[in-house]
Amino acid sequence: MIRVTVNGVTSEHEVEARLLLADFLRHSLGLTGTHVGCEQGVCGACTVLLNGDSVRACLCFAVQADGGEIETVESLGTVDDLHPLQKAFQEHHALQCGFCTPGMLMTGIDLLRKYPLATDAEIREGLSGNLCRCTGYEHLVQAIRSAVEARNES
Amino acid sequence: MKAEARPKIIGARVQRVEDPRLLAGRGAFIDDLNLPGTLHVAFCRSDHAHARIVDIESAEASRMPGVAAVITAVDIADKMQPIRATSRMADYYATELPVLARDKVRYVGEAVVAVVASSRYLAEDAVEQIAITYEPLGDAIDPVAAAKPGSPLLHEEAGSNVIVTRTFARGDVDAVMASAAVRVGDTFRMHRKTPTAMENRGYLAEYDQGRRALTLHSTTQVPGIVRDALVEMLDLPGNRLRVVAPDVGGGFGGKAALYPEEILVCIIARQLGRPVKWLSDRLEDLMSTNQAFDEIVEAELACDDEGRILGLRAEVIGDVGAYSVYPWTAAIEPVQVVSFLPGPYRVPSYRGRVRAIVTSKTPTGAYRGVGRPISTFVMERLIDMAAARLSLDPLQMRRRNMVRSEEFPYKSASGIVWDRAGFMECLDGVATAADYQSLRQQQAQARAAGRWVGIGLASYAELTGLGSRIAVAPGMPVNTGTESASLRIDSTGAVTASFGIASHGQGLETTLAQVIAEELGVRVEDVEVIHGDSAAVAHGTGTFASRSTVLAGGAAIMSARAVREKVLEAASHLLEVDVGDMDAADGRIFVKGTDRALTFRELARAVYSEMGRLPREVREGIELEATRMYDPYFGTSTPASHLAMVEIDPETYRVTVTRYVVAEDCGRVINPLIADGQVQGGVAQGIGAALMEEVVHDDGGQILTASLMDYVVPTAAEIPAMEIIHMETELPDNIGGFRGMGEGGTIGAPAAVANAIADALAPLGIMINELPATPERLFRLIEAMNTEQPE
Repeated sequence: MIRVTVNGVTSEHEVEARLLLADFLRHSLGLTGTHVGCEQGVCGACTVLLNGDSVRACLCFAVQADGGEIETVESLGTVDDLHPLQKAFQEHHALQCGFCTPGMLMTGIDLLRKYPLATDAEIREGLSGNLCRCTGYEHLVQAIRSAVEARNES
Repeated sequence: MKAEARPKIIGARVQRVEDPRLLAGRGAFIDDLNLPGTLHVAFCRSDHAHARIVDIESAEASRMPGVAAVITAVDIADKMQPIRATSRMADYYATELPVLARDKVRYVGEAVVAVVASSRYLAEDAVEQIAITYEPLGDAIDPVAAAKPGSPLLHEEAGSNVIVTRTFARGDVDAVMASAAVRVGDTFRMHRKTPTAMENRGYLAEYDQGRRALTLHSTTQVPGIVRDALVEMLDLPGNRLRVVAPDVGGGFGGKAALYPEEILVCIIARQLGRPVKWLSDRLEDLMSTNQAFDEIVEAELACDDEGRILGLRAEVIGDVGAYSVYPWTAAIEPVQVVSFLPGPYRVPSYRGRVRAIVTSKTPTGAYRGVGRPISTFVMERLIDMAAARLSLDPLQMRRRNMVRSEEFPYKSASGIVWDRAGFMECLDGVATAADYQSLRQQQAQARAAGRWVGIGLASYAELTGLGSRIAVAPGMPVNTGTESASLRIDSTGAVTASFGIASHGQGLETTLAQVIAEELGVRVEDVEVIHGDSAAVAHGTGTFASRSTVLAGGAAIMSARAVREKVLEAASHLLEVDVGDMDAADGRIFVKGTDRALTFRELARAVYSEMGRLPREVREGIELEATRMYDPYFGTSTPASHLAMVEIDPETYRVTVTRYVVAEDCGRVINPLIADGQVQGGVAQGIGAALMEEVVHDDGGQILTASLMDYVVPTAAEIPAMEIIHMETELPDNIGGFRGMGEGGTIGAPAAVANAIADALAPLGIMINELPATPERLFRLIEAMNTEQPE
């Protein structure tokens, strides 16, 4: 039995010891916004925040999240009311197929909370754990840059 | 509002309509679809490259918890008609395309046994219990060796491992070569790569036993092609077999073929009467998704002493892997290398010969750019080599040989006809935008300081938006030259447009909505675009070969104009004015110069719901819908020039791309935001192909790059910001004026980066003839040079 708080909602679940956190979120909780791209911890599509730090949900077992707080892409905005970072992604065309996007967003949230991101090089380094095959990254960098500016102004 | 004062929708930086759902985690990708009672498939795949299947022991697996079925080739033989990628092309052998390996396996990763269980975890547990006994049949790994008589045959009935032979020729190139002032040549190698879409392939089939109808949800780029093939294989009529592509997480050609796994889930779902899902994991993706490139090109270019090209000849060996993929055939990649090798240049004499050789590897297919990344790499290297020999600037060498605007239509040495397009404009555009001369000065300074800095140019032209006159793959029996659009205004005034294309990142829901909004007179957000569903239109193929904007965009214009005519006719009765005095925009139909207007909703209600508003003779025949089919016939020519500047670290041999400029001509740009994104993404994949992406097999055919730690794709840290210029040359005889442009970045970038690396290392006398130019390869090249010429 594990007890987790996901996007502010606390619940208890009986899980198999080998159940991956990504599969737990997607299949047990129905939060399909978190995507699985490699199950090897490389692509970053499954990135979620666990106790405030970005983690690979494909490299964590659900039981490792016991007692923890998880934030997924569903914790951001909704289709009708997007989060400022999601809006920045749309304005800068920072997504094409959208598969890596939830991981990019959660990594972006983590970066924006923790780092100055003073240069594009710093943003690129911050994003370098997340693969995107569509955008060539430049529009992602622009979206994060505009979110950094908005953060620094507020 | 005056019509001419209206802001144009085509050409505007419209934000994408597909974004909110994808950003909010509300997309519907294949693994987000959950049907009650779904069974999950896991495969036992071959760990041999070429071996006879002696025995399959699966009794233990069948007894494992949750297992519903264990299936081998024998079990499905009577449940389907086999399929082959046939072609009218001469000297081609169409291999079979087995769903599960029968009798023997031909590559590591080929599916042999399928386990069907109540969860994927349990299916994989059961796969562990399967034991297959193999008897090795001898390797056919190296294509050069495999082509020789006496080497082990992958397909015995073919009589040879060479399954395609083709030659393109013009003039007496040997005579030209013999007397030319300058000849440069080399053997070039472009290693194997794999598309690596971020979403792996996946399929979910459901069989409705009551209706005897099958629906396949597939991560496919080509739902129409898959539907048409499955109808033949599974003996179901097309109205009871539907192929739907949900949100698809990238394809790049890797999802543009019919796959064994999608056939299999259909067979199992029909047999068991339950939904059946298979989702590739990344290991399976790197072993079983159709791969790309893998050619050896021996090429030679002849010029006069002023750098004018006189002749070109090439021998190409394409390693196409174990099977000929459906529907493109094994010819698509290597044959395009020789058909596009002359590039955008005047090449008076030419001979390009290609042989496609089957080997014990994953099949190759239609990866982004198809053949042209290699043809461009080779030709652009030759151009630079000739320029160096003549002490000509590479830019000048290209200017001297590129097809000029007054020469269109120009028939290339391989028979491709280049129609009017901004060939030279792109070359001049990239040179101007990059400030080429000042870059050369910067380079000279860096070189003087001992740094390895180089500049590379690459120019190419591609055929895009192909119409019915030219098959995407030679001799292919599938028509990809037309697309239709069905446009409908329903009784609430809502606009729905259905297409046979299948957007999977290209933003076609937005760009096609822009086209319809502008033509029909509604707002972008009023248009719902349906795509990726074989039931949406009578015939459609999908999205590949830089075709969707050209073909679906053209069909969108035609259908929107037809519906607009009906809208205006109905409105002229309702408002009692001449059609010529009316216009439509922003969701309103109005009398020009007045405030008399109807919304589309009011109009639709009057046409469909309010009896008596229209006279009977008008009402009949004024249904607010139209289907139109568009055929661009020859297709469109899309040229571009790329410039890359690189610096190589003399300690680590890491190549950093410091500047990247693209000038391309995609005709009329519908959405600059999306057009830029297509170029940036394409260039990123091209830089990957140039510097790091490589599928490596060992001598026994084992794949050594079976994870994303070993198959390295570029991250944000390796891809530079880019400058992109769209030339928008006018396109005659094409309804929308759109040229295809989705693949171009990947075509130009390997050549530009290769030329830049060669330029950086020119003082050392090092040639670049092999990609990717990994740090290890550069290290070995430089070491070898140092050993040869000790200081």
